[in-house]
Amino acid sequence: MELTTIWFLLVAVLFTGYFILEGFDFGVGMLLPVLGRDDKERRVMINTIGPVWDGNEVWLITAGGAMFAAFPEWYATLFSGFYLPLLLILLALIARGVAFEYRHKRPEASWKRRWDNAIFFGSLVPAILWGVAFANILRGVPLDADHEYVGGLLNLLNPYALLGGATTAALFATHGAVFVALKTVGDIRGRAAALAVRLGVAAAVLAVAFLSWTLTIRSSTAAVVLAVAAALALLGGLAAATVRREGWAFTGTAAAIGLAVATLFTALFPNVLPSTLDPTGTLTATNAASTPYTLTIMTWVAVFFTPIVLAYQGWTYWVFRKRIGVTHIPHH
Amino acid sequence: MDALDVARWQFGVTTVYHFLFVPLTIGLSVLVAILQTLWHRTGDEKYLKLTKFYGKLFLINFAMGVVTGIVQEFQFGMNWSDYSRFVGDIFGAPLAIEALVAFFLESTFIGLWIFGWDRLPARLHLASIWTAAIGTNLSAYFILAANSFMQNPVGYRYNPDTGRAELTDFLAVLTNKVALITFPHTIAGAFLVAGSLLVAVALWHLIRNRDSADTPAYRFAARFGAWVTLASAALVVVTGDIQGKIMTQVQPMKMAAAEGLYTTESPASFSVLTIGSLDGSRELFALKIPYLLSYLGTGDPNGTVQGINDLQARYSAQYGAGSYTPIIPVTYWSFRMMIGFGLAAAAIALLVLWTHRKGRTPTSTWLLRAGLAMPILPLLANSFGWIFTEMGRQPWIVFGEMLTRDGVSRSVSLTEVLTSFTAFTLIYATLAIIEVKLLIRYAKAGVPDITPTPEPDDTERPLTFAY
Repeated sequence: MELTTIWFLLVAVLFTGYFILEGFDFGVGMLLPVLGRDDKERRVMINTIGPVWDGNEVWLITAGGAMFAAFPEWYATLFSGFYLPLLLILLALIARGVAFEYRHKRPEASWKRRWDNAIFFGSLVPAILWGVAFANILRGVPLDADHEYVGGLLNLLNPYALLGGATTAALFATHGAVFVALKTVGDIRGRAAALAVRLGVAAAVLAVAFLSWTLTIRSSTAAVVLAVAAALALLGGLAAATVRREGWAFTGTAAAIGLAVATLFTALFPNVLPSTLDPTGTLTATNAASTPYTLTIMTWVAVFFTPIVLAYQGWTYWVFRKRIGVTHIPHH
Repeated sequence: MDALDVARWQFGVTTVYHFLFVPLTIGLSVLVAILQTLWHRTGDEKYLKLTKFYGKLFLINFAMGVVTGIVQEFQFGMNWSDYSRFVGDIFGAPLAIEALVAFFLESTFIGLWIFGWDRLPARLHLASIWTAAIGTNLSAYFILAANSFMQNPVGYRYNPDTGRAELTDFLAVLTNKVALITFPHTIAGAFLVAGSLLVAVALWHLIRNRDSADTPAYRFAARFGAWVTLASAALVVVTGDIQGKIMTQVQPMKMAAAEGLYTTESPASFSVLTIGSLDGSRELFALKIPYLLSYLGTGDPNGTVQGINDLQARYSAQYGAGSYTPIIPVTYWSFRMMIGFGLAAAAIALLVLWTHRKGRTPTSTWLLRAGLAMPILPLLANSFGWIFTEMGRQPWIVFGEMLTRDGVSRSVSLTEVLTSFTAFTLIYATLAIIEVKLLIRYAKAGVPDITPTPEPDDTERPLTFAY
């Protein structure tokens, strides 16, 4: 396989991992005011992701770094072109990350309410904007012959991209609800499972609409197969949630998100950022790539370290496998 | 003012801000790990109290370092896309490796440490903080290797067909002599901050409440912190001296700019303080130490140190007409502030050790005031060190290869970059106030009482730690 194809795959894998893992973090954050009826319940929710959210976010940092190292033109054009959406994502991630650590540091209700808002908006905004961003990548954006983005902000807010944003937000919310049901005991567990089913139906409708629209823009047999598999995984997950099989439900929503992201990357290949203007402006896995020497070194680094990372991150989830409930929340 | 100016200000402000949190993360992660190791080895409760106490301060700071760090990685592409295109083949690799090798380690094991007090065996829990600390220090190496390429590009060739710098020798990038010496200098600078924080907080409790049951714990923390501060100050000086000599070779203009040395001198004197006209044509007041600059720059008291005017003429001939001189007042003063603030912290540390000699405990309020200033001094020294080294690199973004003005994103408008600069400044300022208030609140609260660990088989018991 071409080195550039390997790296296209690796970037796809990193974003897939990011959306599966941070997807439920965002979901938990978005549902904080919905599922968390009082401070203790909200703390239960936050603590389901407490030990892992930071490690989950490193998937994004690694995906960005891998993009920079393997496809500098893609990284440069995309990040400068999608300037304001990425700015909003950064501000949201800043507020959310600090909120997790600072929320419990003072007892006042007003203090906690402010950080709850930071967690809510800090989860909602990226959950929507990542969908908007990836939809635009797939749809293509106006790039000139120098691969510079020449569209404005409004160009990114087209109906297809907005549908993409709604889809990711709904999927992540469902995924988060399933995760809360999987990781908690008591009253909140049942409410989370019930909410997951209702949210999941909305997410399924949005996802089917979005993926169908996607396949009319660019498609391949593999992309169609993956899209159908994504829909089936989501439906399977919802069915499992209905009968309170939370482990299977989580497997289903995780697979649905992973397969949906895989659909997008498969449909996109070999392009990485198509131009809607001059076709010479289109960035591909070949013309956006680093030199074979750099890609070879990075491949060895990835081959050696990725299994180690997966092993210890997986182990973390095992260490914190126990369900928690309101009785486990300390008073201070 | 154009988009380039604002992009430069934004990068400067966000980077200096990010690096207010980085030194404490680097230094305090190791110091907390040492405290926990002492508890593990001796069973003495005072070490456990100190671990939990400084661990809390560490985490309040750590969160800020994490969230401001993401901005740094995104900013290269968002605001410096032509730079990213030009150096991506070289510069992206250490960043990606930093994330894969170091950040995963740091963030995963810090989560295990925070929440693992009652869920991991004691040894494994101790190993978690050490692993996180190693990850943190490892990340510093990769980012400094990337930065060192901008100061002293090595291991690459310029490809005229693609118009990019391309990697030819990755090992050369990782063993760039600037990186090899900047790493210990930066790490020592980080421990200077962390040691000082230990001292400041412990001193506050020692002097205000002499008869506390926790006095032995604070005494230990003050002395331990003071020793760390002194040792790192010594390392900062030694590494800084070597750095100066390397800088004189690879970036002679930066050395000349540090000194405001306009004409080539051999032997050259070190300017302790010079006040003169900005173009160096007139000196109003000068306090100089003869031979010292020659020695610092070359190792030979009679060595030649190039002056700004000669270097400017040389670079104009080499790279074409234009200014190749940094802003001299900025480089001259930031260089002095870096040294001055760092040495001041070391001096206070010495004083702290003196007042603690032979079992004494200090009482004076002036020592308390000096001690409270202590963490701020090396923090300022760190900031000014970075301001010096980055401003001294100007007008280059990659020395000798690309000018800063050519690296900026062409597709980002003035309005967009003004929006982001304003947004970052506002959110950073707000968070700074919240963070400092929290740090003071938790520093004042003092070491916690240690409650006995509950029965491990009680599944209903509250967690030892929860957000």
